[in-house]
Amino acid sequence: MTDTVAYTCQELVEVVTDYLEGGLSQPERLAFERHVGICPPCRGYLAQLRRVVRSAAALQEDEELPPSLREGLLRSFRDWKAERPS
Amino acid sequence: MESPRVIGPLQSNRLSSRARSDERKLLQRLQNGDEQAFAELVDRYGAVMLRVAGLYVQSGAVAEDVVQETWMRVLTSLDRFEGRSSLRTWIFAILGNCARRRARREGRCVPLAAVDGDGPSVPAGRFFSRTHPRWARMWATPVDDWETVSDERLVAGETRERLREALDALPARCALVFVLRDAEGWSGDEVCELLGLTAANQRVLLHRARSRVRAAMEQYVEETSG
Repeated sequence: MTDTVAYTCQELVEVVTDYLEGGLSQPERLAFERHVGICPPCRGYLAQLRRVVRSAAALQEDEELPPSLREGLLRSFRDWKAERPS
Repeated sequence: MESPRVIGPLQSNRLSSRARSDERKLLQRLQNGDEQAFAELVDRYGAVMLRVAGLYVQSGAVAEDVVQETWMRVLTSLDRFEGRSSLRTWIFAILGNCARRRARREGRCVPLAAVDGDGPSVPAGRFFSRTHPRWARMWATPVDDWETVSDERLVAGETRERLREALDALPARCALVFVLRDAEGWSGDEVCELLGLTAANQRVLLHRARSRVRAAMEQYVEETSG
């Protein structure tokens, strides 16, 4: 009995992150890889999810602090610097 | 033989030794009172700190307060920082303490441990039904592997806007896990520690966020093709 785990495509898309994170058991991982090996759409889906992960860093580039908060923090820094014992 | 290159878990994204040495230099400058070093740190972590604080407290203004308080504590305890953890881990631990204290003062209970169920990662309509005689639950619609879609196109300004919308539609904690893991490169362990999640729950949240972002990207790619 080696083939106890098998995924349908609909099940597979739910465990892609578990797979990428090493969260699957050995039989599950093998079943995942077997399925992806013979199923082009699931291979495409896995590739898409990897692209999502790779593209995520670009998302953060335009996250900025509100300018008033940033200025307030720099003011606090100057106060801290002026007050601390040297 | 099928090439195994598309398969295999991703490398975990720990702080590289280069990033560590970067941090040490920054810390040294900070201890010397270099305002530029402080500004660099604020620009690097400030926005995501605000996101973390927003999980715990009611309003954006209070979240800003929490971030402000955190940085003051960072500065006043700088001499006690021993470098056993990374500077980043240390700053966010202080942030977590400040945010939780503030949430308690607001009488706000933060249900951090619960992870609610959610819809499927891909709509059921994309698959053959479970009663299909031959292809039960297999893909009924094509899936493009995006090999012909350039990185430039996937991260162009317009795409980014759409992704941000998808992210903003998610529960805050779910979006935050994605931001920390995939955008900021934190390890799973670090995220679990900061947010008090089990490894399994962290994966559930991460998967939900990735699935939504993928769906938004797919829609965008299809709309702008041909």
